Amino acid sequence: MLMIPQVSQLFPGGNDIIGWVLQIFFLGFFVIFMFYGQRFQMSIMLREVEKHLGRLKFIRDEGRKLAMETIKEVGKPKEDPTERVDQFLEYIAITPQSMDPSGIVWKLDHLLDVREARFKDEVKLMAPEADGVELNNLENTLEAAMALNVIYKVIRHFYILGKKTLSLYIIMQLQMVLPLIMREAEAFASALKAFATGQPIGDGAGALVAAKLMHGHETRKIAQDVVAATVPLEDRIAHVLKSEGPGGNVGKPGDGIMEIIKETKGKIATIVMIDAAQKLEGEKPGDVAEGVGAAIGGPGVEQFKIEESVLKYKIPVNAIIIKQDIGDAVSPMRKEVFDAADTVIQRIKRLLLERTKKGDAVIIAGIGNTIGIGQ
Amino acid sequence: MTDKARPTTPGISSFSLAMIFIIVVLSAVALFLGLSTWESQDPGAQAYILIGFIGVAISAYLLLQAKKKPSRESFEMPQVVTTILCQKCGFKNIRDFERGDYILKETEPCPKCNDKMMIASIYREVKEKEK
Repeated sequence: MLMIPQVSQLFPGGNDIIGWVLQIFFLGFFVIFMFYGQRFQMSIMLREVEKHLGRLKFIRDEGRKLAMETIKEVGKPKEDPTERVDQFLEYIAITPQSMDPSGIVWKLDHLLDVREARFKDEVKLMAPEADGVELNNLENTLEAAMALNVIYKVIRHFYILGKKTLSLYIIMQLQMVLPLIMREAEAFASALKAFATGQPIGDGAGALVAAKLMHGHETRKIAQDVVAATVPLEDRIAHVLKSEGPGGNVGKPGDGIMEIIKETKGKIATIVMIDAAQKLEGEKPGDVAEGVGAAIGGPGVEQFKIEESVLKYKIPVNAIIIKQDIGDAVSPMRKEVFDAADTVIQRIKRLLLERTKKGDAVIIAGIGNTIGIGQ
Repeated sequence: MTDKARPTTPGISSFSLAMIFIIVVLSAVALFLGLSTWESQDPGAQAYILIGFIGVAISAYLLLQAKKKPSRESFEMPQVVTTILCQKCGFKNIRDFERGDYILKETEPCPKCNDKMMIASIYREVKEKEK
């Protein structure tokens, strides 16, 4: 085959036909990848997202199925609860307007109260035979199923949007964040089983410490879903509080602390708050750390209330956290986390001896979901 | 929630199969050309052999990836144990968690001293995967 020498240098491989075809194919391959490489990359990413979306759908459906089975088993409803459960999973709460942020905490507090009351009523209607503890557990189960439903729908939304617009950036962001979202979804999946059967979860580490301290002492209801007991501890008067168990409950510990401060007219030497906290990768689950500040998660309403109350009387707030990852926090409690409760009690005693005087009154607040933990 | 595993279909599409087939054919041709021109001292022979081997390696990798063990759609439910303890004589009973168990719940009397027993702990043990 004749060829201009300069051009032939581009096609090293002799003059045979097969060699030519091969070279043209490789050049074509190169040109196609130059123009359509991004498209190929996008379809690979989309396939990966699709795979995860399938898994999310499976988790969501299984969650819904488990919630339904538990309602039927525990609540013995006369009618089929499917429609009501499906409506519940789509439930929304519109957060207050924040253009003028003054007073937003109380608006949010009210909204959360309304939401909680509405949820409880809905669950009661779904499961008329369930007792108080089972109702709380069912509510938690449905909330976990609801979270899975939201995760699935949001990911599906961005997947379809990315496919429609062929926007590499939407798809890329989705693909990059998916491993973290999948971890969260898997965590909620294991939480469902724990909630449905009433097993204690990692988040209840703080409540467990409080329960161990107040066990054997008389308890009283101090705020919505919060119980307190007065416990003598290292020659101090400890007002120990936690959410009311053993049903799935976080209560309103902020109100409880406010109430005790009001009752004692602010004569509190120190507050110790114990809560589960997210560990960093590389840290061991069940590790205990100390610090200052209100150790409490959630939307921030309870933390705000505590901070407001302690500021008024200048009460120091100490925090003790029990580390675990997001999966452990909502899964059945790990042995390491359970064992950490005794370490925390030792730390509390040491802290009281070092930071308070004999006869002082202190508040010890065990924060977290008290599912599977009595008092 | 189901504990049974439900395998998904292996993800080897006809498109991937066709692509792998094309790469294999082209690699074979490249190898053939390379080997047949090896003795004639053609400088392109080495390039052909290299391309051929790379092609075979890529197609083998793609095939292995596509034939990878399918993901199993299931949830591994952790085993949760309940420890019932007698406060008086220290008798311990460890069993699987049952619905209705909760920490600090008073349970049946102790078979040894007939005193009240209490659920002292409920937890799951996690065996860390070997790295």
